[in-house]
Amino acid sequence: MYAQALDQPEGHRECASADGAALEARFLSRVASEQKVEPKDWMPERYRRTLIRQISQHAHSEIVGMLPEGNWITRAPSLKRKAILMAKVQDEGGHGAYLYAAAETLGAAREDLIEQLLSGAAKYSSIFNYPTPTWADVGAIGWLVDGAAIMNQIPLCRCSYGPYARAMVRICKEESFHQRQGFEIMLTLARGTPEQRRMAQEALNRWWWPSLMMFGPGDADSKHTADSVRWKIKRFTNDELRQKFVDFTVPQAQFLGLKVPDPELRLDEASGHYRFGAIDWAEFNEVLRGNGPCNRERLAARREAHESGRWVREAAAAYAEKQRARTSAAAA
Amino acid sequence: MSEALPAQAQMTAGGAIGASSLAPDADRAKYVLRLADTSLIVAQQLGAWIGQAPALEEDLGLANIALDLLGQGRLLLAYAGELEGRGRDEDALAFLREPSEFVNVSLAEQPNGDFADTVMRQLLLDAWQIELFEALERSRDERLGQIAAKAVKETRYHLRYSGGWVVRLGDGTAESHERTQQALQRLWPYTAELFDADPLEEALAAAGIGPHPAALAAGWRARLQEVLAEATLILPPPASFRWYGKRGEHNEHLGHLLAEMQILQRTYPGAKW
Ligand SMILES: [Fe+2]
Ligand SMILES: [Fe+2]
Repeated sequence: MYAQALDQPEGHRECASADGAALEARFLSRVASEQKVEPKDWMPERYRRTLIRQISQHAHSEIVGMLPEGNWITRAPSLKRKAILMAKVQDEGGHGAYLYAAAETLGAAREDLIEQLLSGAAKYSSIFNYPTPTWADVGAIGWLVDGAAIMNQIPLCRCSYGPYARAMVRICKEESFHQRQGFEIMLTLARGTPEQRRMAQEALNRWWWPSLMMFGPGDADSKHTADSVRWKIKRFTNDELRQKFVDFTVPQAQFLGLKVPDPELRLDEASGHYRFGAIDWAEFNEVLRGNGPCNRERLAARREAHESGRWVREAAAAYAEKQRARTSAAAA
Repeated sequence: MSEALPAQAQMTAGGAIGASSLAPDADRAKYVLRLADTSLIVAQQLGAWIGQAPALEEDLGLANIALDLLGQGRLLLAYAGELEGRGRDEDALAFLREPSEFVNVSLAEQPNGDFADTVMRQLLLDAWQIELFEALERSRDERLGQIAAKAVKETRYHLRYSGGWVVRLGDGTAESHERTQQALQRLWPYTAELFDADPLEEALAAAGIGPHPAALAAGWRARLQEVLAEATLILPPPASFRWYGKRGEHNEHLGHLLAEMQILQRTYPGAKW
C-alpha cells in the first residue's frame, strides 16, 4: 500500500550524443504535433525533472490544501454542509493520490516527495498559508481558490505528458463541483443575516489578492515559462490566466452583492477585460519564503500527522512482511 | 420473517399492518434517535481525522466511513423528527439538543485517541451495527428497514476496514500490538450497553420493530473473535461498571464534542447556512 520507488527506466537517461540529439528532435516534433508522451517513451531529462517538480508541487498543494478547510469539518453549520465539506476535503486527498501516482510514473518515489514536503525543500501553493477564521472562508476557498485552480488546470488536461493530462481531466471535473459548492455557500451567506453578509465580505477581502497571486509572478518575471510552453506543459502565460480568472469572477462577486477589495478595478469597455490594481508581490514573496500567516502551522500539522502515524505505517509494513514470510513458508 | 423476532411479531407478519399497530410513534422516535445519534457521533469523530491520518490512504478511508455514517445519521434523524411530529428536522435535532438529550451508545462517544483507539472503536461498533442493521432490515417498520438495508452494505465495508487494521496493528510490531490491546481494554467496558435491553428496546422488540439487543450478542462476539484471533489480541474480562449513553447518561467528552459541532447554529440562532 505504500508505494515503492520505481527503478529508473533506461530510456530516461539524458543522451548527450548524436543519438541523443536525434531523439530529442523526434521528441519535440511529436510534442509539437500534440501526441502524448507516455512513461515508457524517451524524454529529455529536463522535461522529466520539470514535470516531477510541477506534479509533486501540485500533489503537495492538494494535501496541504486539506488543512484550511479540514479546520471546519467538525464545525460545519448544517449536516448537509458537513457532508459536502467532508467529501470535498476527501476529493483533495484523492487528487493528491492521483498526482503522486503520476509523478511515480516519471521515476520519483512518493516517500521521497513527501520527505521533501515535510523538510520544507519542496514548495506547495502559497494560498494554503492563509487562515480560515470563519465559515465564510470555506465558501471563499471553494469559489475563488478552486476557481483559480480550474483556470490553471484546464489547459493541463491537454498537457503533453499523458498520465498528468489524464489525472487533470478527472481532477478538473471535481474542482468545478467544488467551485460551485463554494459559490453556493457564499450566495447563502450573502443572502443571509447582516452578520453572515459581513462574514462573506470579510472572507472575500482575505482571499481575493492571494487568489490572484495563485497564477504566479507576472510574465516578465516568470522563470520556467519558455521551456514549459515549448514542451506543451504550459499553454497560457500566468498573466493570461490571471486575466481570465478576473474576468470570470468579478461578475460573480457583483451577483453576490459583494465588493472586490480593489479600488482600481474597472471594466475596460474596449477590450471587455477588467483592469485591476497592482499585486503586492512583496507579500507573495514573503509567504513563499515561509513567512506567511500559517506557513509554520501548515507544515507543523503535516509533520505531526506524519510523525504520529509512523508506528502505524511501521506496523503495516511489519505485518506485510510477516504475511510474505508465512506465504512463502506455506509454499515451501 | 426472521427467527430473531419475537413470536407475536411473526404471527402478525404478512398481513397489512397499519402504522398505528407498529408501537407508538413516540417510542419509535426515541428508538430511531438512538440509532441516528450513534451514527452521527461516530461520523463527527471520524471527520476530525481527515487530513491528520497516518497515511493519505487512511485520510481517504476514514473519510469514506465518516461520510457513510453521516448519511445514515441524516436519514435516521429526519425519520426520528417525522415520528416525533414536533417539526424538528435533521439540523434541529443535531445542533439544538443538549448533551443529555443525545442517546448514542457510550462507545460512540469515546474519544478518537490514537489510531489504534479509533480503529478498535470502529471494529467494536461495526461488528455490532452489522448485526443490528441485518435484523432491522426485517423490521415491521418499512422505512427503518429500507434505511437499514442501505446501511448494512456500508457497514460490511467498514468492518473490512476496521478489522483489517486491527489485524495489522495487533499482529504488526510490539508497539502496535501493545497500543491495540490497550485500546481494546479501554473500550471494552462500553460494549456491555450494546446488549443490555431497557424497557424501550423490550417494547420495540415485542412489536417487531427492532431486534432484542441480547439477540445480537452471539453474532457480534463471533465476528469480533474472528478478527481478534487473527490480530493475536485477547478479550478482556467483563467490566463491572456499565455506561448507558442510550439513556442520555454521558461522560465528559460528549459535551465538548457537541460544543464544537453546534457552535455556528448556537451562535447565530435562526440563520440559514
Ligand atoms: Fe484539488
Ligand atoms: Fe478542489
